[in-house]
Amino acid sequence: MFLINCPFCGERDQSEFSSGGEAHIVRPKQPTELSDDEWAEYLFMRKNIKGIQFERWNHIHGCRKWFNVVRDTSNDKILSVYKMGEKPPVNYK
Amino acid sequence: MKNKYSVFSLIKNALSQHENWQQAWGNPEPKKEYEAIIVGGGGHGLATAYYLAKKHNLKNIAVLEKGWIGGGNTGRNTTIIRSNYLWDASAGLYDHALKLWENLSQELNYNVMFSQRGVMNLAHNLQDVRDLKRRTHANRLNGIDAVWLNTEEVKKFCPIINTSPDIRYPVLGGTLQRRAGTARHDAVAWGYARGANEMGVDIIQNCEVKGIKRNGDRVEGLETTKGFIKTNKIGVVAAGHSSVIANMAGLKLPLESKPLQALVSEPVKPIIDTVVMSNAVHAYVSQSDKGELVIGAGTDSYVSYTQRGSHNIVEETLKAILELYPIFSRMKMLRQWGGIVDICPDASPIISKTNIKGLYFNCGWGTGGFKATPGSGDLFAHTIANDEPHKLNAAFNLNRFVSGDLVDEHGAAAVAH
Repeated sequence: MFLINCPFCGERDQSEFSSGGEAHIVRPKQPTELSDDEWAEYLFMRKNIKGIQFERWNHIHGCRKWFNVVRDTSNDKILSVYKMGEKPPVNYK
Repeated sequence: MKNKYSVFSLIKNALSQHENWQQAWGNPEPKKEYEAIIVGGGGHGLATAYYLAKKHNLKNIAVLEKGWIGGGNTGRNTTIIRSNYLWDASAGLYDHALKLWENLSQELNYNVMFSQRGVMNLAHNLQDVRDLKRRTHANRLNGIDAVWLNTEEVKKFCPIINTSPDIRYPVLGGTLQRRAGTARHDAVAWGYARGANEMGVDIIQNCEVKGIKRNGDRVEGLETTKGFIKTNKIGVVAAGHSSVIANMAGLKLPLESKPLQALVSEPVKPIIDTVVMSNAVHAYVSQSDKGELVIGAGTDSYVSYTQRGSHNIVEETLKAILELYPIFSRMKMLRQWGGIVDICPDASPIISKTNIKGLYFNCGWGTGGFKATPGSGDLFAHTIANDEPHKLNAAFNLNRFVSGDLVDEHGAAAVAH
């Protein structure tokens, strides 16, 4: 349980948000040309990191907008929040 | 040689104030090399080592556990055992486990307190009714006992359920598997540990894996907090931390690790003599032999390794419990905890070889691995020993995420179970 600083609404309880999982998984540009392995990689395989993870969240019970979060999954500390389309902060690896 | 537990050994040790019980398993330092190493000393890992030693004649085996054995999800689940899954592959897997449960206390000479008190799954809307009836038929075609109960029969089987038609999610019926039930989870880990140790398996606690040494496409050993250990067969049974170990070998798995919570109440006299689960309102409850209500909550929606979980999940679960069981309204909850569960996209496990020789994964059990402990260990041991899956776990390979041949058990397993 933690607070998330929505870039549009400010700090709100995590229960107002829904998690969209790992961020920056690029949608295939040419879906018809993907091999089965590439489809599996895109659809199913996840880094599932213990530590600093880049992820998407949706303020589902608020402004309903998507944005990105950098969070440490080993202690749920949120390190950074940035909007969709913005470059991820470089100081986290 | 371990002394056999019996009523006579109990009397004998009672006379010496229980001070002379033999140690159930040793606490060795790791050897330089093993034939096979199991990473993870939970129920599944210890069972794997036990069946490797017992059925496949491997004697030089170690189980590495970063904490203490059974201190992870084995000691954190709500101990429910059932096999009423929809698809043939799952039915085969889980019923294999259930059959092993039925004789496990005798097999291990350790009382795992397996109690076939039945598991009832409730239906609260028409789609639930259709799904659960379909599942009942599928179960019976696979030789798994299952019956459909209407509302009156549900009430008769478990009288404290509120079956009034005016509640938010009225009970329209339910399924019952009478062979299903519960077991004492710690005893399962301890029984397998004792049994495996008797056959020469080294159980090494407080030993965390830090890296996997590879030579080309095969494994050579493990870097651990107790030094390098050589082996050419590694079975990873690390539950929520499977992805962490996979990353060490440069593998990616189709898993997400999430906190799953449970809680127990203060102990009371016997009030519910079965297990009742409800997917639609997401609550399940049983009563432990100590008298505590054991209540399962849901998973959080986000990846986390914190072993905590959010308060709102507990709140929602208790709301559902109170609507179904108004009699519990003044019960006090004693403890709440979380475990990290590794969830597959199709809610089915992975018991599989990988494309790295000598590296095997048993993971993805998600919210319901405890019930499969003996079967999972048996089939994973077979897979490791023969470098080939048993026919019962062939469908649960890693390649199914490439071929698309998923075992979609969300209908039977979407909630924590």
